[in-house]
Order: sequence, then structure tokens, then C-alpha cells
Amino acid sequence: MVHARLVRFGGAMKKVQFNTRSVPYLLLLPQLSIVAIFFLWPAAEAVRSSFYLEDPFGFGATFVGFDNFIDTVTSSDYARVARFTTVFTLLVTFLSLGIALLLAVKADKVLRGASSYKTLLMWVYAVAPPVAGLIGVMMFDQHVGPMVDFFALFGWEMQIGVNYFDTGFAMTATAIWKQIPVNFIFFLSGLQGISKSVQEAASIDCRSGFRRFWTVTFPLLAPTGFFLLIINITYAMFDTFGIIDVVLKGEPGNNPVTLVYKVFLDGFRGNDLGGSSAQSVILMILVFVLTVIQFRLIERRVHYT
Amino acid sequence: MAYHKTVASVVAAAAMLGTSTVAFAATEISWWHAMGGRLGEVVVDIANGYNESQTACSITPVYKGTYEETLTAGIAAFRAGEQPNVIQVFDAGAATIISAKGAVIPAQDILQDAGVEFDINDYIEGVRNFYADSDGKMIGMPFNSSTPILYINEEALEKAGVEAPETWEQFQEVAPKLKEAGYVPLAQSHLPWIFTENFKSRHNLQFATNNNGYDGVAGTELVFGEPIKAHFTAVKQWLDDGLFGWYGTGWSDNQTPFNEGKVAMWLGSSGSFGGIQQTVEFPFSATYLPYWGSVEGAGTGTFIGGAALFAMSGKPDEENKCVASFFEYLTSPEVQYMWHKETGYVPITNAAYELAKEDGYYESTPAAEIGIKQLSLPGGDWTKGYRMGFYVQIRDVMNREYGKMLTGETSVEEGFATIEAEGNKLLERFAKTTEN
Repeated sequence: MVHARLVRFGGAMKKVQFNTRSVPYLLLLPQLSIVAIFFLWPAAEAVRSSFYLEDPFGFGATFVGFDNFIDTVTSSDYARVARFTTVFTLLVTFLSLGIALLLAVKADKVLRGASSYKTLLMWVYAVAPPVAGLIGVMMFDQHVGPMVDFFALFGWEMQIGVNYFDTGFAMTATAIWKQIPVNFIFFLSGLQGISKSVQEAASIDCRSGFRRFWTVTFPLLAPTGFFLLIINITYAMFDTFGIIDVVLKGEPGNNPVTLVYKVFLDGFRGNDLGGSSAQSVILMILVFVLTVIQFRLIERRVHYT
Repeated sequence: MAYHKTVASVVAAAAMLGTSTVAFAATEISWWHAMGGRLGEVVVDIANGYNESQTACSITPVYKGTYEETLTAGIAAFRAGEQPNVIQVFDAGAATIISAKGAVIPAQDILQDAGVEFDINDYIEGVRNFYADSDGKMIGMPFNSSTPILYINEEALEKAGVEAPETWEQFQEVAPKLKEAGYVPLAQSHLPWIFTENFKSRHNLQFATNNNGYDGVAGTELVFGEPIKAHFTAVKQWLDDGLFGWYGTGWSDNQTPFNEGKVAMWLGSSGSFGGIQQTVEFPFSATYLPYWGSVEGAGTGTFIGGAALFAMSGKPDEENKCVASFFEYLTSPEVQYMWHKETGYVPITNAAYELAKEDGYYESTPAAEIGIKQLSLPGGDWTKGYRMGFYVQIRDVMNREYGKMLTGETSVEEGFATIEAEGNKLLERFAKTTEN
């Protein structure tokens, strides 16, 4: 059906065909040049400098082959950072999606005062990541944080910045909290897009609300879910930079960091351009692989109506 | 008619201005710095003072964020040919800018080329060598210079009935009494700076091969001997026994408990003096950084931390002359004394120190003199500082491993082995960047 529609469009296009071949290219040029200048060129530059050890001031560069990659991967810290990034990404993605879905399903059923519920659940969306990080830092501060006092009631003496696990917990909690509203908004609109007749038909066939959700509602939400999955993985891996930066207060110390944050630390804090570029190239490959997996494996199971 | 008249007068005025520009228009120079808050205000005061003191040059200070951000901004600007005339670079970044041959004009050269008299011996002992090359030529002009000292909550010591310790042995005797009195006896704010770099200097111990790195980047390696490992073993023991508090890598996380009166003694910067004076409600004093009496030859002075001003190359001669005249103004005893009093950073010249003494500043506030007295203690072979590339990352490795040691994730022995291995790897990589 999609194919047929395209053919029809193709037929329509013929009527407004451009007289010169260059015009369409010219119209594409602004977009393509932005991609070239802000993505392709820096990416190529990163690949180039990942093979060099460069003096930060640009007086000279030594070609070192794959040394930067070898040094990166073999350093004791890199495995730990990669491990934390994986756990962090999984937790942030699944918990922020899961909690948001639960809230959206519940909010969808609320009839009275629905808009105030929704507003309450959405406002965090307007908070910028560094500000979210700042709020997180204040909540979890080892001297004055209310969350620390709260957990102390259960005998957990949290020490952010001292204990690796506690710091990671604070980062994860803040990152999830920040991301829930975005997912909530999308899920809610997805739920509202499911036609009432389908839901009513389902409720005649099946009495278990839980089963109805998994067999009818959830598959119908899949396109939204797939889109959010990609957005959330990207968020957890790259956009949480601001939160991590604020929690660390400029001193990484013995605290968890993500792979992207390490690129920044080595490149911009440590002025090791070669090592930092090698790490970004590794990340580029990772993102490429992730994209292929997402579209080859997961999207096949998603049905668009 | 009126229009023509106006045009004519404008043209005439412009012509007159044209002849006088050479004599009156000040040469503009820029100064990128990393001094925020109150310190930034004093920086602006200094710049204004300089601009008012003469008419030939005009300096504009620009705040560029943290030390790391300022250095990175300077590097990016230099690569684009848009570098400032003067940039403030911190201790750990010194090797990066000094090893890049041709990025800066040595402070000594720029002053002498402008005909300003320069004698390195005018600068106090612990200050003069840190930003100099191995021949003793001053490359960076020391600016905000501080050194680690021990701040003391007098009330706490009185309550426990003890005296401030001079050595770590004495600390071990007084600490249990302070704990009994309800205090955390000790905290510190910067393990690499205080318990590593200055630990080495205070005990006159080698920190790196190649003369602590001053003699060249190739083949420089970190040196960790028994004393520093024994020190960290002791620190871990103190932490376990409740005699030492560690609140993470952040500076203020460790200072706050002292300011709040929970910690009895805190190792911080002599530059923290002004802030503490404003904040704390208890009587406080300061003394030297303690050392281990058991280490032979210990008790030598420390060297400066903080940052220096570097004159960047690739600028016209007349601007360089202005930089020289600014450096001359900055190092004058009056300006140094003002800076010292307003911020707590030490005065960098002997003349400024004398001026502060004559003025009776230390009679009213003796704690303000501790830093400079400690810097003036007799030196040794290993007390002038260190010069190591990628040092910001080496410090990060130290912080990480020290954190692991103190939280029991790794042993002292293993931690130092990792610092040595990864630190040396970074030094080796840095040496490769300067090969060409």
C-alpha cells in the first residue's frame, strides 16, 4: 500500500517537474551544506586526528597509527566507564520508559481533573539538563540534601562524590526523573490516538485489563514506543552530559562518568586531542551499530497503521 | 548650507584627530583569566588601576570560566590566530603551555626587551622557580600564588586541650583527643596538590625523573617512594579510626565541614584565608603543613599552587611592550600588597612582603603570613616544583585511585602502581606530542 501511494505521488510530481536539472540540487544545497559543515567535516577531522598525537597548540602532530585506540581500550578506566555507561543507559531507558508508560496509562483513565494531573507530570520537561542536575545535586548533597536525610532513615548513609555507587545512583535517578515527562507526553498522545471502538471491542472480548493492555494497547503503541526507545537511548548516552557535569562539580575523581563525558574530560580538560578523538570515533561506530540493530531487528516487529 | 558646514567641521576634526592618534590612542591588550566571584572583582580593580596609572596602554580583562576552560579557550584561540595578549594558566597546565615551543614569550624576555629591569632574586624563594625553565629563566609571571597550609579551629583545640601539630607524629597524638571532644580532627581539600605534590616538597623527595620533569619531557617518569605510600596507609587508617574526614574530590565539600565547625583542622590553600575570615564564626588560626619527622631531611618549604600569567606570542611589538608595562605594574609592591590583602594569595616579591610587614598587616592578622613564611622555608633539591605534561589527567588518575584507596576498593600498594603505570603512559604520550 505504501508503495502504491508513492507511485501516485510520483505521478503527481511529473506535472511540476523542474525545467533545469540543477534547481532541485540547488534547493537541497542549504540542508546538505549544513550536514557537511557541522557533521561530516568534524567527523572526518575526528577520524584524522584519532591517528595522531598532537600538541594542543597545533605546532606539530606525530602519526601514531592505532596507538590512540590501543591506549584508550587498554586503560583500566575505559572498561569501567563503558560498563557504567551500559548500565546507566539501560536503567535510564527502561525505567524512564516504564514509569512514563505506567503514568500515561493511569492518567489516560483519569476523568476528573485530568489536565492538572497531566500538567503536574509534564512540567519537568521544561527543565534544562544542567538545571535538573543542579536540583539533583541539591537534593543529594552530602551536607544538606533532603534525599540523603530520607535514605538515612532506612540506614543508607549516602555520600555523593565519595561512594561510586551512591554517586551513580544520584545521576541515574536525576536522569530518569528528567526524562519521564517527555516519554509521558508521547505515550499519552499515543494512547489517545488509539480509537475508542478498538478499545471497546477489546473490552467485550476480554475482561482482564492487564491482558487487554498487552495484547491490544501495547502493540498499538509500538510505533511511539520504538521512536521513544531510540530517543531515550540517545538521551541516556549523550544528553545526560549536563547532569553528570553538574553532579561532578568539575572534579571527576573516583566518580562514575559516561563515555561521552570521558571524551570531554580527555579532550577539553586534559587537552589530549588524539586520545579524545579516538574515543569519539569508537562512539561513532557504536552509534552506527546501534542504529543498524534498531532498524534491522526492532523495527521489523513494529507495525505502523 | 548647514549640512556643508557640519561635514566640513567633521572632516577638519577627523584630520586633527588623525595627527594626534599616534600620541593619544591607547594600545589595547587583552587578558583572559579564570578568577570568578570576589577574585574577579579584584582582577578588574587591578586592570582599572593599571589603565589609570598611564595612558599608553589599556588592558581589558575577560573572565573565561574555570582554569581548565580558560586554558582550552586560549588554545582554541591560538590555533585560530585570535589569542589574547595575556592568559592565566594554572599550575597543572603549565607544562602544556611551556612545552609548546613558540606559544608564549617568556616573562623575563618580554620585560627585558621592553627595557624593564628584571632580577629573579626579587621574587620569593618558593615562587621564583615554579614557572621557570631548567636554566632558571622565568617563563610565566606568577600571579595568584598560594600554598597549602593548616587551618585551625581554636575553639576545638582548646576544648580538647591540645596544641596544633607540627608533625604527623604529633597529629596522631592529638587527634584522638579532638575526636573525644566531638570533632572530626582533620580534613583536606586536594589530595594531589596537598598530599602528593607538596608532600614531596615538604619532605624534599623526588617527584619525577628528569629533575622533576624540568629537564625535558622525553623519559620523564613519576617517582613514588616508601614515604608517600606510608603516608597514605596512615591516612586510610585515620579515616577508618574516625580521625580524618574525606568528603570526595570536590574542594568545597571538604571545606564546608570545617567552616561549619565540625572539623577541627583543615588543610587548604593560603588563598582560602579571605573566604574563611568572612565565613566562620569561631576564632581560627593557621600553621604550616605538617610533615613526618621520621622522614630524613623533612621540613623543607613548599612551592606555589595557583596560576601564572603568560604573554602569548604572535602579537605586535607595541602590544608586547604594553604587556611588559602591565607586568611591571602588577609586580609593584603596592599592587602585590593590595592583591595579598584582598584575596589571601601570597605577595610574589620580597619587596611586597616587606611592605606588608612594615604596614603591620601581620601583627593584626598573623594567619595571613603563614603561607609566605612556609614558601620562604629553606628549600632543597626537590622543592622548586614539577613540570609534567598531561598533568591535569595525571591528577585525575590520582584522584580516582586515592578515592578507591580511601573507600577500600583498592590497596595503597595497588593504587600507587596504577597511578605510576597510567601516569607514565600519559607522560610518554605527551612527550610524543612535542616531538615535532
